Amino acid sequence: MADCGAADGPVKKDDIVRAKNEGKELTKEEKQRLRKEKKHQKKQKDEKRPSERAKEKKPVAPSQPVATQPPTQKAPTVLPASAPIPVPASGAPSHSSPAPSPADKPAKSRAEQKAERRARQDADRASKQQSCFSSSKTKAPPSELNPVVKRLPEHVQVDDPAVVKRLAKKLERQQIPLRSDYGYKVSLFSHLHQYSRKAPLTQQLSIPSTVIHPSIVRLGLQYSQGIVVGSNARSVALLHAFKQVIRDYTTPPNEELARDLVNKLKPYISFLNQCRPLSASMGNAIKYIKKEISNIPSQFKEEEAKTKLQKCIDCYINENVVLAAKAISKYAIKKISDGDVILVYGCSSLVNHILCEAYDKSRKFRVIVVDSRPRLEGREALRRLVQRGISCTYVLISALSYILPEVSKVFLGAHALLANGYVMSRVGTSQIALVARTFNVPVLVCCETYKFCERVQTDSFVSNELDDPDDLMVTRKGKTQLENWHDVSSLGLLNLVYDVTPPDFVDLVITDLGMIPCTSVPVVLRVKNLEQ
Amino acid sequence: MPGADKEADLTERIEAFLADLKRGGCGTGPIRGSGETARETTALLRKVTAQARWSSAGDLMEIIRKEGRRMTAAQPSETTVGNMVLRVLKIIREEYARSRGSSEETDQQESLHKLLTSGGLSEENFRQHFVHLKANVIEAINELLTELEGTTDNIAMQALEHIHSNEVIMTVGRSRTVEAFLKDAARKRKFHVIVAECAPFCQGHEMATNLSKASIETTVIADAAIFAVMSRVNKVIIGTQTVLANGGLRAVNGTHTVALAARHHSTPLIVCAPMFKLSPQVLYGQFLRPHGLVFALTCTILSKVNVHCPVFDYVPPELITLFISNIGGNAPSYIYRLMSELYHPEDHDL
Repeated sequence: MADCGAADGPVKKDDIVRAKNEGKELTKEEKQRLRKEKKHQKKQKDEKRPSERAKEKKPVAPSQPVATQPPTQKAPTVLPASAPIPVPASGAPSHSSPAPSPADKPAKSRAEQKAERRARQDADRASKQQSCFSSSKTKAPPSELNPVVKRLPEHVQVDDPAVVKRLAKKLERQQIPLRSDYGYKVSLFSHLHQYSRKAPLTQQLSIPSTVIHPSIVRLGLQYSQGIVVGSNARSVALLHAFKQVIRDYTTPPNEELARDLVNKLKPYISFLNQCRPLSASMGNAIKYIKKEISNIPSQFKEEEAKTKLQKCIDCYINENVVLAAKAISKYAIKKISDGDVILVYGCSSLVNHILCEAYDKSRKFRVIVVDSRPRLEGREALRRLVQRGISCTYVLISALSYILPEVSKVFLGAHALLANGYVMSRVGTSQIALVARTFNVPVLVCCETYKFCERVQTDSFVSNELDDPDDLMVTRKGKTQLENWHDVSSLGLLNLVYDVTPPDFVDLVITDLGMIPCTSVPVVLRVKNLEQ
Repeated sequence: MPGADKEADLTERIEAFLADLKRGGCGTGPIRGSGETARETTALLRKVTAQARWSSAGDLMEIIRKEGRRMTAAQPSETTVGNMVLRVLKIIREEYARSRGSSEETDQQESLHKLLTSGGLSEENFRQHFVHLKANVIEAINELLTELEGTTDNIAMQALEHIHSNEVIMTVGRSRTVEAFLKDAARKRKFHVIVAECAPFCQGHEMATNLSKASIETTVIADAAIFAVMSRVNKVIIGTQTVLANGGLRAVNGTHTVALAARHHSTPLIVCAPMFKLSPQVLYGQFLRPHGLVFALTCTILSKVNVHCPVFDYVPPELITLFISNIGGNAPSYIYRLMSELYHPEDHDL
């Protein structure tokens, strides 16, 4: 009955199974076919599982497996290792009556089992064709509006012990040490990590270079000790380190460069995340690299692929950082007139670049640098500007109300621009924008488009970074008041790194695409997504 | 001669006090709190009244004005000194008027009718001599001293009316009044306090250590994070250096930012200020030599950079919700009235 129809299905599978058993190396086509089948089986299993569970009347979360389907459209990101290996066995649960069949099995004879198996494979093939249609139907709408629920990053779920355990297991698998939190955390921020700078990750264990490339270890240390700061600097350093990694990479046998290199990068990214949470610009850079790697055509030889990747990275840095800075300076200089008094906060590489360019184009202005404890980054900006010859004034952020009546414009840098128009930047930026708005001084934010991010946020609590609380301690007149703050149980120190500025405080955002209002950020994001 | 000894002693004490004032003003803020300064000033003025040679109220007022001018010149930013001098002058006027027999009320009001009918100074130079004037004035000054000693407690007593449990309260820098206020409330209620450290001198650290020793949950934040955390704050309670005649404040720098952030989030701003901080001035600016800021800037850039380090901020009265003083709670719009009860308008310029 089902013999003739089920002839070719089992034959193909038998071929592959035979080849595996004989130890022959599978050709590329066979490898690909195997992967495709595994993927289809997995899709089927996921789709059958909700229907089966619905029959058993168990509560289920079907949205999760369905939601992960469209993102796995890109073939290489599915790990073949985790797919269910024994193909026929996975066909078993798809049968309509799962409960009685295991009980019945011992009673049936071999011939009957074979017939049953053929019938099942028939049903699988039929349902496979059906699922192809249904999955193509469900494919169309999600591509217009991306699925809403993305997995929440673990670095904002520190108060959930299950998430922390999962992360610890993952890091153990990747052989990366887990960094422990330090000191008393203010209760409002118990969902974030708080590390001490005196205990860098590398002191805990020795990390063999087979696990993590030494340039990544160095980069991680530079991040955690605060040697490389600033979102542009961090992303450029990251990309350079990745270039080094690619240079030193060799494809192991039986593996494809596209897939293996992406897998190699995963523990590096976990390690860097442990050293210091990734910034939005770094996240976008990593996404770009992963996409480029997975788009390497399989016929490229290793050397060709590596040179192409390195060229891609250089191109990315050039376009998004160097050329963008030039474009933004051009627009921004139109907004600087002679006699201006410009206020800047902290050390933004982009704003410093704009001011130096404007000075070179002989605009007459003076700068007021506002600085804040405990990072005191304004001193670096002051040094750079004074070296150029720009006349500067230096104040702390508490003197803002005193100095603002003299100011004609405020230029601020940004760490990221969020999709609801909020500007995420160094803590204190929102304060400056608030007071400037009170004194009717225009606030201009300068930001490259690669820092635009699809997240939304309305306050500075939910997603932030906590720096080392010991930085707040200071010695005045020979006395350090907070020396023993650990011993006092009701005392906590809070050292925030970022804050969000509402869009009504910002008058203009200058990007490499032009001068836009804060609320046009999602438009730019959409345009960029379409381009990709 | 005992008289000369006493006079020498008096001048010595005045000189010591002036030296203290001069020293206390520059650097990290006054060595002692303003309450202490007020008490010392009043005690000194009492001594002057007791030991100086004077025959009529006018003479005494002249002497006090002279000493007052010297004291305020020593440290212009310490306004409590000037305020106490004005209070004492007002006391003298009142006692004189009482001795003369006329009631105080009619003398105070500057009504239009009085201005038209009196035509000239209504006080007749205070030249009359009264025997018991000295004793009365000294007694009144003693009352003033008692009032001064009890101001912090009076303010702290009102704490429970304003703080409920599980509140998050923000404060800036260090104020002894606010510290006593919060400690008093902490005896009965549990709440959190966020202290902004107030760079560059970071007095907020001392405040936080003191509060946490009283088992209050305290968090220290940097000045830059004030707006970031303001959305979770229920009340802002601050102290001030001076309360100005229009209801505005002259407070430690950074307070204006706190006030603006509080207004943006519609958080009430409460000022705990005893009455002796009320000053008839309107606006005054003062800067500090910026030696506190520049200790890490290298010499090469230092010569090309201007550094500003203002000590005080002006906060306009529209941003303030409530004043809590030793005589109770008041709105900022009522401050001018309180001032007319404490000081006489003719004394406003010493």
